[in-house]
Amino acid sequence: MRSGIKSLNTASNTSAPPDASLSHRIKRNLFDTPFDSLLTGVCGLVLAYLLYQIVDWAFLSSIWTAEQEPLCRDASGACWSVIDARHRIILFGLFPFEEHWRSTLACVVMIGTIVASCFPWFWTGKKLSVLWLCGFGTFYLLMHGGLFGLSVITPEKWGGLALTIFIFAAVSLIGMPLSILLALGRRSKLPIIARMVGLFIDFFRSLPLLTILFAAAVITPFLLPGWLQGDKLYRVIVGFAIFFACYQAENIRAGLQAIPAGQDEAGLTLGLNYRQRVSRIQLPQAFRNSLPSIVNQFVITFKETSIVTIVGFFEILASGQAAYGTGQWTQHYIEVYVFIAAIYFVFVFSLSRYGAYLEKKLRVGHD
Amino acid sequence: MLTLFRNQKFRDAVLQAFVISAVAVLIIAMIMNTRSALEAQSLTSGFGFLERSTGWDFSFSVLPYTISDSYQRTLIIGILNTLLLGFLGISLATILGVVIGLVRTSKNYLFSFLGTLYVETFRNIPLILQGVFWYSIVSHLPRPRSATSLGDMVFLSGRGVYFPVVNISVAAVATMLALLVLWVITLFWLREKLDRSHMYHQIKRLGWCMVVLVVLLIGYFSHAAGTPVLDVPQLKGLNFRGGMRMPPELTALVIAIGLYGGAYIGEVVRAGLMSVPRGQIEAGFVSGLKSRHIFTRIRLPLAVRAVLPSLTNQYVQLMKATTIGLVVGYSDFFMIVSTSINQSGQTLELLAILMGGFLVINLSIAYVMNSINRRIAIKGYEVRN
Repeated sequence: MRSGIKSLNTASNTSAPPDASLSHRIKRNLFDTPFDSLLTGVCGLVLAYLLYQIVDWAFLSSIWTAEQEPLCRDASGACWSVIDARHRIILFGLFPFEEHWRSTLACVVMIGTIVASCFPWFWTGKKLSVLWLCGFGTFYLLMHGGLFGLSVITPEKWGGLALTIFIFAAVSLIGMPLSILLALGRRSKLPIIARMVGLFIDFFRSLPLLTILFAAAVITPFLLPGWLQGDKLYRVIVGFAIFFACYQAENIRAGLQAIPAGQDEAGLTLGLNYRQRVSRIQLPQAFRNSLPSIVNQFVITFKETSIVTIVGFFEILASGQAAYGTGQWTQHYIEVYVFIAAIYFVFVFSLSRYGAYLEKKLRVGHD
Repeated sequence: MLTLFRNQKFRDAVLQAFVISAVAVLIIAMIMNTRSALEAQSLTSGFGFLERSTGWDFSFSVLPYTISDSYQRTLIIGILNTLLLGFLGISLATILGVVIGLVRTSKNYLFSFLGTLYVETFRNIPLILQGVFWYSIVSHLPRPRSATSLGDMVFLSGRGVYFPVVNISVAAVATMLALLVLWVITLFWLREKLDRSHMYHQIKRLGWCMVVLVVLLIGYFSHAAGTPVLDVPQLKGLNFRGGMRMPPELTALVIAIGLYGGAYIGEVVRAGLMSVPRGQIEAGFVSGLKSRHIFTRIRLPLAVRAVLPSLTNQYVQLMKATTIGLVVGYSDFFMIVSTSINQSGQTLELLAILMGGFLVINLSIAYVMNSINRRIAIKGYEVRN
């Protein structure tokens, strides 16, 4: 029976009493049975081995500067020379060399905007709109130029990390208001509108993103008259934004459905009209309810920006491939991919951690 | 008139009529614009081009093909390639996901930390980046002459992975499959008839032995005389002969989709295992079950029911994700369609086929998974979250 009680603890891992001391917890969770101790030992060895291999490859036996590139042939570790020599291509693509400071500054402004919108102080419709319009406006002004003596640089020359961030920001900026409209439309009391919006959302959700981007790049010139087509980049962004909005709308709708009917009815009895009820009662609660999944959708969208490389844009993945594609660098593809993966990881991991933090914080008072 | 407008119902009807007509006008305008654009490029619309031969080549096909095959056949090959990639990738992802889910629910901190490390690494890097990464690794493997061998059976080379296959005819495989399907249907019928009695279990056990024996016999006697049962790849000159070759594009994509999907499915499995109420497990202990039985008879069955809906979702997502095959040059459905568009100019028709194809594939996955879900649901029991 003793073993039975013990394995009961194994089966459910929420059984820790809150006031267990650290040493007690370590003993119970790592060295409970001989098998556990063995497992801990093996895992420790595996972890230590992995850590050593990675540190050795990335730091101890690696070559750092572009001048030392000839040494790479004999080095057992990473050859970061390729990054030292080609990082500007990876980060900025074909952006004119002298103007790279503009691209850098633009990225910093946009990242600042994204970080700022993570603070609850900005969480009102007005503040968020102003923040994003200012941030995005500054980004566009810096990248495109044409004012304050900045030379004009057309979007064909944008590339690298700056293009990735531009696509992400533009998709969010267009997609978010659209997603609110779609969510409200799908819950509309007018049956025809609700059906049509539902059909629209389900249609876009059933397709892979790539087919939508492809359609936006290749097909829309057939569907739209010339004056409405715009640049290929903007068509792809609009297609991406519609796709994003369809997913985000379902998240918001889930949040709307979780609001008790009494809330809206209370608004009705107070004599509020539809717009007031939506903006003061429904949306604030819906966003609170589904904030974690909304943030998660942004995380997914940031990762998915890499797909635009297939429809022919020079974002960070494509510019990375160009960076190792020439001359003496062709052997160093792993370093370039690791560099790009690290950039993505930093963005995606911090955003998803933020989402997890919100989920934890918002759950307080609900259970 | 003014009083009519004060009527809420009337205003709603007017609004909806207005929306419908606006959408209709938009669609008609698009059709007319498309027609004039097509006329300007002197293209004929319609599906007649499906009969024409393509005249272009692509990298990989599950069926034999020539460049004079029709568009129709080429598109079907594309769908089959996508299904193959999806099947292999999803299978690998499911296996990895179950393992990772179990590892992450372990109460050993260090052990579950290994699982967390895996999930956070592969989930936070875009799939397409993982695809090109694995592709450049796989295609930089040594040439066939110096290929890495695993027990002289499987060979890893830059031209692809070579592995042995069982040397029997397609007809024999079909017979075996038919026999198996027939037996499983009989089992279902017997279960209804005999109501899971003792006799049913005996018949079941005996039947399985018989079926396996017959399948093995068919396999043994149907292979061509004089050839070995197992067709092992062998180095002849500069390349391998015999066995089966998995091209680097497919290998890289299966690894990428498997690892990426494994991280997501691992989280789904973990959530499923965590969602089993503690009372159920404690009840198992009280009834005196061994912890092994508690896992296989209580925790796992309940967890499986809890995860199926989100698993369906993941499968559909992974199936859609196979479209990134284009980036490494794997000739999946999307690549075939986009090449067809470039070559034939039948943009709208091919796009409709593409969307229709994905709709059918995804709806089929959802249908199969939902029927399983309904079939195994326990009446009156829902896993509480």
